[in-house]
Amino acid sequence: MTSSETIVIGGGHNGLVAAAALAKAGRKVLVLEAGSEVGGAARTEEFAPGFRVSSVAHLLNRLHPDVVKALDLDKHGLQFARADFMPSVALSKDGPLVLHGAYGEVLTGTNSSEQSAWKELRAQLLRYAGILKPFLSRRPPDLAGMSLRETASLGQTALALKKLGKEDMRDFLRVLLMNVADLLDEQLADIRLKGLLAFDATLGSNLGPRSPTSLLGLYYRLAGETGGAAGAQIFPQGGMGAVAAAIRAAAEKAGVTIRTSTPVAKIIVEKGRAVGVALHTGEVLRARTIVSAINPATTFLDLVGPREIDTGFVRKVKNIRMKGDAAKLNLALDRPPQFTGVDAAGHKGRLVIAPSPDHVERAFNPSKYGEFSPEPVMEITLPSLADPSLAPSGACVLSAVVQYAPYALKEGWDAGKPKFLKAIMAQLEAYAPGIGKSVVHAELLTPADIETRYRMPGGHWHHGELQADQMLISRPVSGWSGYDTPLEGLFLASAGSHPGGGVSGAPGLNAARRIIAMKG
Amino acid sequence: MARQIGLCHAKFRAFGNRSRKNEERVAREDWAKMKAWDAIIIGGGHNGLVNACYLQRAGLDVLVIEKNDWVGGAATSRELTPGFLYSNCSYVCSLFRPEIMRDLELPRFGLQVISYEGGAVFTRDGDYLANYRDHDAHRREFARFSKRDAEAYDRYARDVTRQCRFIQPLLMRTAPDPTSLRPRDLGELLYLGKKFAGLSAPEMALTLRFWTMSISEFLDEYFETDVIKANFALSGIIGTALGPMSPGTAYVLLHHYMGEVDGSVGAWGYARGGMGAVTKALAASFKASGGTIRTGAEVDHVLVGRGKAKGVVLAGGEEIFGKLVVSNADVKRTFLKLVEEKELPDVFLRRVRNFKIRGSSGKVNIALDSLPEFPALPKDSPVYRGDMHFTDSMERMERAYDDWKAGRWSADPFLDMVIPTTLDPTMAPPGKHFMSCFVQYAPPRIAGAEWTDADRDGFAESVISQIAEYSPGFRDRIVHMEVRTPREIEAEVGLTEGNIFQGELTFDQLLFNRPVPGYAQYRSPVGGLYMCGSSTHPGGGVMGAPGRNAAAEILRDLAKSTSHMSAAHDVI
Repeated sequence: MTSSETIVIGGGHNGLVAAAALAKAGRKVLVLEAGSEVGGAARTEEFAPGFRVSSVAHLLNRLHPDVVKALDLDKHGLQFARADFMPSVALSKDGPLVLHGAYGEVLTGTNSSEQSAWKELRAQLLRYAGILKPFLSRRPPDLAGMSLRETASLGQTALALKKLGKEDMRDFLRVLLMNVADLLDEQLADIRLKGLLAFDATLGSNLGPRSPTSLLGLYYRLAGETGGAAGAQIFPQGGMGAVAAAIRAAAEKAGVTIRTSTPVAKIIVEKGRAVGVALHTGEVLRARTIVSAINPATTFLDLVGPREIDTGFVRKVKNIRMKGDAAKLNLALDRPPQFTGVDAAGHKGRLVIAPSPDHVERAFNPSKYGEFSPEPVMEITLPSLADPSLAPSGACVLSAVVQYAPYALKEGWDAGKPKFLKAIMAQLEAYAPGIGKSVVHAELLTPADIETRYRMPGGHWHHGELQADQMLISRPVSGWSGYDTPLEGLFLASAGSHPGGGVSGAPGLNAARRIIAMKG
Repeated sequence: MARQIGLCHAKFRAFGNRSRKNEERVAREDWAKMKAWDAIIIGGGHNGLVNACYLQRAGLDVLVIEKNDWVGGAATSRELTPGFLYSNCSYVCSLFRPEIMRDLELPRFGLQVISYEGGAVFTRDGDYLANYRDHDAHRREFARFSKRDAEAYDRYARDVTRQCRFIQPLLMRTAPDPTSLRPRDLGELLYLGKKFAGLSAPEMALTLRFWTMSISEFLDEYFETDVIKANFALSGIIGTALGPMSPGTAYVLLHHYMGEVDGSVGAWGYARGGMGAVTKALAASFKASGGTIRTGAEVDHVLVGRGKAKGVVLAGGEEIFGKLVVSNADVKRTFLKLVEEKELPDVFLRRVRNFKIRGSSGKVNIALDSLPEFPALPKDSPVYRGDMHFTDSMERMERAYDDWKAGRWSADPFLDMVIPTTLDPTMAPPGKHFMSCFVQYAPPRIAGAEWTDADRDGFAESVISQIAEYSPGFRDRIVHMEVRTPREIEAEVGLTEGNIFQGELTFDQLLFNRPVPGYAQYRSPVGGLYMCGSSTHPGGGVMGAPGRNAAAEILRDLAKSTSHMSAAHDVI
């Protein structure tokens, strides 16, 4: 039996960020990763001979600036220039529409009245997302009683609201929980642009653009920033694995010890206090502080066990909704595809098939009943165009996030997967004729695959549905949103905690800050 | 001129027996032209009448103008075929605020609410899930389907009741403007804050989740049986253009649950003589206190001079003057049709245009020559006297909503069906029955085009065939039928898109956002022009709260006493 000061369970990007931040504060930290490699769902993997791809997340659009700063990630190879910002291309039968720069600083492919409407809407969205942004980097307010500091920071939010001016503040309060489709209908006319925004707002959630609160998804995206620009997205050279590698390097430089292929079997609890972990091998590791940077439900239901916590809490954990609705498609192509009407710069961007909000809504409908979309919507990247090392010479990698693909498919994914792949390929073929013939290898990861491969229950990318009722003070469960748990010495640090998923590192960093503040 | 009118009016006031005089005056056009009423209410729906009653009782001289030949708006009873009284829009009395009933002495003016017990969801396998008012009986019924759900029911009822307890007092208060620094708004915000702080931390968290959760997800946290979930879910969607899986529907459930928690006998049931009995009693109460009602008079527009409402102009060109005007019409109708654009600020107009009023439901009202039989039910089951449903799964309910989104009526609609004549024999000839079917969903337009008569018939057929599936021989019992799609409801009642709540009950349109931000306190940008319909806080249902709250604000502006208005009762 060995003893350590702090054990971090899970070497995904949040676990690594938490470990690095704690080590920088002088803690002795051990990270236990079940997989053979760290990075979790932010890895670069070979899926066909010579073809490599970002495993789940494939774009960087919200790595939190505090994380970059706290871990000196720019010194570990993560540096972004404006020139790297990827455009978003809304594909359509009527020709593409392109958002350039950081989330459409310039809009092309549509008329001037739509351009000015977009300019106004974009400014408004960024303004409102800016109000919510400070929440990302701090604990959600505690309803049962707030410290002076918490009250002060809420006061700052109130002040920021006031600064908007009366009418703007009124609009902010009105649209906060609105559905995205209505807001778009109020301000825009071009269905391609509306389709793209509707897609972005609902990506990664079990919502359609007409579901109330769906606008929050767009705010969440725009509260993120890259290279100092809100809404900007980049493709990291080497894929997402490069980001995880940079964080790992920062962690190791700070003195963190990492053990891979070391799954934790149990969190040991003595007298209401987490005191260590038991590995599958039977080895026991004791520690003063345990940080669980894996899924909260796995943490409590599997590793701690319901016997150690009260039934009310267990019920809340069981009620966390985390059924994924997005699939990942990786294609190895023998040559780069040609999307109709899209120029070379566009091919290096993010290509979105979501031709109208109605289309996205229709794609969403079947998923409510455990059926996949016959006409799925998706975002596509061709990472090997920017980083040729990812594919053999002349060949190409296509990586796409595809919705909607419900975790609990009624017919089962064994039977459903080939049919869904066919539906996806039909969509791709419609926008990039001939692409089907160039496929060397296709890998489709359904939520069920993502669950087993990346240990994400329900195959949910956010470790818990990111909707209004599971955000802020209700994430992961109400009463325990501040990274603490009912067990002394046990903290949470995954995307299942506030503020949620995406490769941001914010939950990990916030958790570390909390532990340091608590002297936990 | 205005002063002169005031003088005339003051003089007139001096005469005795105002009620009789008022009638005389309406008969004499000259008088009507010259005098200025203290208040003119546009629309004699229940909220208009509640508002009128309170204002009249405060000593104002009030005129209600109604376009139809009868008052009542969407709460009427009409004999559409000989011997049968139709509650042809609103059909059960559940939400009407008991405080208002008492203040306006409605029982004295003939309102009698017959509470009913029971109701059921018929399942496709020939069984049914019954609802009973009695908690234990209800639990036992659940246990027939799932012991676990029967146990969860206590937890569910407790949680929902607590939420109602928090929200209910807000119904009878004007929502504060969060952007305002006026002492009154700050005070009201503080009241809300204290009320909120009075909840335990888990309750607070639940409140916040309640506003944003879907009813489906909320019920998943308690129950495992689909039919039990479907049974509760219907309250989360009635009257809204949302499906049970849409976030925000948990709040709609609360909105409907509110009447039930009062615990006051008679707060849930059939109004004897149909829903028109509610507005008849209101009209009688209004007249008894000296108010005047003019029916068959459609307001063409509101007369505005120098930014102030001066009265109304009827469709025929007749002008009627008033010191203030209150509109019971929905916010879109009021400001996009009755008031000239130039009188309104751009921001306000933009927000009114963006207000979401969505037709989502229809009605099929049926006169029957005998009581239909449902073989699934035991004879004399109390279920016959309650509300009956045929949608036994969340998926069927949600799929009906998908049809609405696609702009068509559903082949498998969701019905809320009642036969009030099982308890109220006054609505049909002896042995015969009146049946009301509330139908969801009915889109405001069919695939982008207006409803046609053929569409309407198809819609009715979807309803009849669903009932007939569970009640053999049903078609043969039909004597007469009235089918109301959003088109018919809009044309007759004047509700935009036939929306029974005068606007969606989503968070962007609740509280200080209802009807539009900055104008959630019953006032409008036009001086002396107020709103009192369901477009205002707290929204729709035959509740009367908007009409009452608007009256309180008007009296405040006139510096008159509101001592005749009860505040919200404490609940439980």
